[in-house]
Amino acid sequence: MNFQDIIFYVFSTVLIVSALGVVTSRNPVYSALLLVLSFITCAGLWLLLEAEFLAITLVLVYVGAVMVLFLFVVMMLDINLAQLREGFWRWFPVGGLIALIIVAEITLIMSGSYFGLEEMPAPDPKPADYSNTKELGRVLYTEYVYAFELAAVLLLVAMVAAIALTLRHREDKKSLDVAKQVSVRKEDRLRIVSMAAEKKE
Amino acid sequence: MESIQQLFEQFFGLEWGIMLFTLVKNLAYIIAIAVPLLLGVAYLTFAERKIIAYMQIRVGPNRVTFFGIPWLRGWGQPIADAVKALMKEIVIPTGANKFLFILAPILTIMPALAAWAVVPFSAELVLADINAGLLYILAMTSMGIYGVIIAGWASNSKYAFLGAMRSAAQVVSYELAMGFALVCVLMMSQSLNLGDIVNGQQGGSMLNWYLIPLFPMFLVYFISGVAETNRAPFDVAEGESEIVAGFHVDYSGMAFTVFFLAEYANMILVATLTAIMFLGGWLPPLDIALFNMVPGFIWLLLKIAFLLFFFLWFRATFPRYRYDQIMRLGWKVFIPITLIWIVVLGLIMQLPESVRNDFPYNLWF
Repeated sequence: MNFQDIIFYVFSTVLIVSALGVVTSRNPVYSALLLVLSFITCAGLWLLLEAEFLAITLVLVYVGAVMVLFLFVVMMLDINLAQLREGFWRWFPVGGLIALIIVAEITLIMSGSYFGLEEMPAPDPKPADYSNTKELGRVLYTEYVYAFELAAVLLLVAMVAAIALTLRHREDKKSLDVAKQVSVRKEDRLRIVSMAAEKKE
Repeated sequence: MESIQQLFEQFFGLEWGIMLFTLVKNLAYIIAIAVPLLLGVAYLTFAERKIIAYMQIRVGPNRVTFFGIPWLRGWGQPIADAVKALMKEIVIPTGANKFLFILAPILTIMPALAAWAVVPFSAELVLADINAGLLYILAMTSMGIYGVIIAGWASNSKYAFLGAMRSAAQVVSYELAMGFALVCVLMMSQSLNLGDIVNGQQGGSMLNWYLIPLFPMFLVYFISGVAETNRAPFDVAEGESEIVAGFHVDYSGMAFTVFFLAEYANMILVATLTAIMFLGGWLPPLDIALFNMVPGFIWLLLKIAFLLFFFLWFRATFPRYRYDQIMRLGWKVFIPITLIWIVVLGLIMQLPESVRNDFPYNLWF
């Protein structure tokens, strides 16, 4: 057991405990924060595999942007626990079945002939000037360029669809045109009237 | 240094000795960065009060001094403020979530300090010279928002929550523009390593700094930085005329001070990053013997101080933005500008070498 192993076990323990906490915690805000913790520890594990670009991107995208919005929404929810637990046993078989299927799938992948532990030995340590980012970019923009572009288009479509679904043009809406407000000048608003002084009654 | 390492190796064995030595060494380096930084934060608050005071034709703090020395009047003020904050009671509201209430200030200051790990102070003075330094900085600064959101929620107060929501939406919006502006920098330097970014700006004079070819990006980055640190005129998260003091309305004593420290540490961080990305970091403005004699670290400090002055100047000059105008500036002005600039820069990079070299002053590459 060396130093890296200790780091690995510490991170793994934190990851598993926090991931369990996500699903067992009563308070949804705690769940979201524990999910953030598990993302960060996961990034730590990826760093051990020398995948520094992916690790930092995980923190940047999921912790820095996605989970902030998640937390934002969760904090505004008004959650009634009793109401939530009402249908627990009724839906338990369906949930259990889905959980079993997921476990079976993970087992198939982890022990399969493509992703099994034997097929994926620990990566060789690379020299210090080896740039993860460059290598990833090279692969993404040459070999997998179509898949990459398709994924980008898919995201764009989802974004446009989300806006199209929620956007409603209302006639009675009162809105401000900020550009007009910002570009307003003194002459547009102010009228200086020169008038003779009036006598006091 | 060598002898200490050997001592560790003898004591703990070869493998463990090196690991523990690295740990202890890095801890010492971290303290060597964090302590001057926090002192800098303390005196930045003093500078702010003094500078804004002079801008408003006042005198500012001029009483507290060290050992009664007359010409140091006022310089003891930040120390006195810190002692006062330490003495005060931390009041935890009855309805607050105690754990998260205490956690929030810690989460705010942690990324503000952690980001300094990759900042190069001179050509060889850097704690962690990692390849993805720029990305690390972006990741760390994007984590600072958690403290604000959690503080707002855990306080269990409407004003605090409103402030937290304002701040969250604002920071997420401006992060995009900030990220895109930095994409331009890394397109110019072709590296994510902060040291390489500074080296890419090397040349005869300040005309080689990225400030000139990327001038719009410099503006976008710096203004986004002001918005990201919740500083005036973007300080709607605190907006005392609307929501009392925003997310930290229920904090007192040291818990409040930690938020305060984090805000100023973030200001220094944004100023440092702007200096590194656009103002040539530790490089002197002109490549002449007189300027080259000054150590690079001093140049970096001067650039940081110059940029920090703008933060204070903004605060003394501009009234607070209205919230919808903040959002408009972020989404409808900055993001389109950065997107267009990325495309323009990409097209220029595709030009043949001979054409690129004909540009005046060799501004591009």
